[in-house]
Amino acid sequence: MSAMNVSNLTKEYLVKLFAENKRFDGRKNFDLKDFQVEYGVSNKAEGSARVKLGKTEVVVGIKLQTGEPYPDSPNAGNLMVSGDLLPLASPRFESGPPKFDAIEMPRLIDRMLRESGFIDLKKLVIEEGKNVWTVIVDIYPINDDGALIDAASIASVAALRNAKFPGLHENGKVDFDKKTEERLPLAEEVIPLSFTFFKLRDSIILHPTREEEEACEAKVTFGVSYWKGQYMVNSCQKGMKVPFTRDELETISKMLPEKHEEIVKTLRTKLDENQKA
Amino acid sequence: MVKRHDGRAADEMRPMVAKVGIIPNADGSAMFSFGKTIAIAAVYGPRTLHPQHMQNPATGILRVNYDLLSFSVADRKKPGPSRRSKEISKVTEWALAPVLNLEEFPNTVVDVEIYILQADASTRVAGINAAAMALAHAGLPMKDLVTAVAVGKIDKELIVDVDKEEEDFREGEGATDFPLAKVSTKDEFTLLQLDGKIQPDLIPKALDMATKACEKIYELQKAALKESIGGNK
Amino acid sequence: MENEISEVQETSEAIPETKREIVIPGEIIVSGDDYLPGEGVRREGDNIVASKFGLAEQIGRVVKIISVTGSYVPRRNNVILGRITDVLHNGWLLDIDAASSAFLPVAEVPRYINQHEMSQFLAIGDIVSAKIWSIKGRGIDLAMKGRGLGKVEGGFIFRIQPSRVPRVIGREGSMITLIKEDTGCNITVGQNGWIWIKGESIDQELRARKAIEYIADKVNVGGLTEHMEAWFKDN
Repeated sequence: MSAMNVSNLTKEYLVKLFAENKRFDGRKNFDLKDFQVEYGVSNKAEGSARVKLGKTEVVVGIKLQTGEPYPDSPNAGNLMVSGDLLPLASPRFESGPPKFDAIEMPRLIDRMLRESGFIDLKKLVIEEGKNVWTVIVDIYPINDDGALIDAASIASVAALRNAKFPGLHENGKVDFDKKTEERLPLAEEVIPLSFTFFKLRDSIILHPTREEEEACEAKVTFGVSYWKGQYMVNSCQKGMKVPFTRDELETISKMLPEKHEEIVKTLRTKLDENQKA
Repeated sequence: MVKRHDGRAADEMRPMVAKVGIIPNADGSAMFSFGKTIAIAAVYGPRTLHPQHMQNPATGILRVNYDLLSFSVADRKKPGPSRRSKEISKVTEWALAPVLNLEEFPNTVVDVEIYILQADASTRVAGINAAAMALAHAGLPMKDLVTAVAVGKIDKELIVDVDKEEEDFREGEGATDFPLAKVSTKDEFTLLQLDGKIQPDLIPKALDMATKACEKIYELQKAALKESIGGNK
Repeated sequence: MENEISEVQETSEAIPETKREIVIPGEIIVSGDDYLPGEGVRREGDNIVASKFGLAEQIGRVVKIISVTGSYVPRRNNVILGRITDVLHNGWLLDIDAASSAFLPVAEVPRYINQHEMSQFLAIGDIVSAKIWSIKGRGIDLAMKGRGLGKVEGGFIFRIQPSRVPRVIGREGSMITLIKEDTGCNITVGQNGWIWIKGESIDQELRARKAIEYIADKVNVGGLTEHMEAWFKDN
């Protein structure tokens, strides 16, 4: 499929459509896409998940490694988030050195996870000052139909919850042939999730399709979690040239808890199923 | 008779799955698995080839990229192409090119993207099986499909569809991995690689074993393609 | 330019109710000297063999394959929708969703355009409906003279898989006529899978798009018109 870049015509039409709170697929501006979660993408990963958010599909795998801690945090493990926009997933993704979007995606997920306190890095110490776990989150889109970062956030949480520690050799190195039943030290209630709001003229939408995303002129991503009985914003990044107004940001901020809850409602049953497995 | 660790007969493959049309964005797409080895492939094109100086005014060209997802192997693979993945990309390209006819599409490229989600040996041949289906699914002019399998030898015995444990066999004559691809309905081999120790007179036997195995794989490829547009299995 | 276009010119590939069979490259379709190889097939000795994936169809003695998947392959005289990607001194470059971009020469538009007003006439991002005039090695030339061709204004465009265009049009345009009559929309279906819709109300326009996407997703089923009529009753 060649990339059908948005035309002047369709862009103007979307302006009109969003102004009436309507969308091509029948959703309203802030309606979320349906999503599905599957586990077991790779048995070589310590945990993995596939999320389909509408027609967007993302796989995330968790790998665990051991090694020396960073000198400034001798009693904490590490988190590393990486990922690539595989040319497999879209005619728009090119091979070669990573473009900005490919760099931004794992960085946004990294900050969302890290600042939320979802992973208790202090519990990833094997031997203080000498040997700690590094949790590596690898994110790959399989099909991009918009809202990739939001899909990646759901998949990352699901994959982390799916992960189990591998065994250890006596020398402190990982024994991948030995699986344990032990789960990662994750804060049960926190569940960090990303919400990227896209703006076209005076309208703001959530979970765009690729066609909608292309027409939009600005975006802002919020990492949101639930911490000690309250919703918390853990990370934020505005993208593209057009600004957001104060009132728009107020609308967005007030909506975050409700949208977080909506995703968690579905995700929770998926996570619980996994916990039993 | 050889005794395989999972109880398979020498000429028995692991359970296989083939599916076509798994990536809506792509012009053609497919997945193929041998047991725990899972490959997915997407085809984009024909599309304009950049940079322009690589264009061929006589024909479109095929460009293949094969790689492992970083969590497809126990020891995490660093993202980005390695020497290994570059070599496999190229031999896969040569394995597929003989059945394709891109003369109708001068100056263009057909991109084949192959990724391994889960690796338990035989990844390149799983990738070729997926890619051949994806190319057909993309509606490109092709004289035939391509089907691939890894023949192996553990100690003195020939086997088909080598898994990781067999690849790591160390006793006697050790393990030989002999990945092959052929034009599906013809006696023409398009991929040949080998690592190990094998007597020259066993080569023809290995080829015959591959041919038999490929007949079964080919039936699966055909069925998956037909099913993808509503045909019966 | 009037937007009252919609006459879709190529219906020859619309699905006829003949026996069709899914074939794989390399598969023998029929054997015997009586048959003639058409598009997508070749003769190998006694056999007519498939050279691409699709639906094999026999019309008289000719055997051919209709693609139902894959990207758009431009053909001469195809009416397509395209998007202006650049304004040159002697014409416009267009993205028509094909392997190469297309060129619309200034001489092939319906009225005289002064060099200074090229961008006023057609600007980057504009959509036109045009006809493929010629296909040469590196390029595709377009013409925009003729009934129903020109700049498309109002409404929106979207894309379906180009191989599904024949079923959206239907035999002698029956399917697209049904959709137009039900929704009251103007609809142009480009052979490249780009479709333009403009109607009286947003709701009718959205309904027309949904109907087209519904029928485009139905692969290899018979009685498409009945499916569509039933869909309109339910939606």
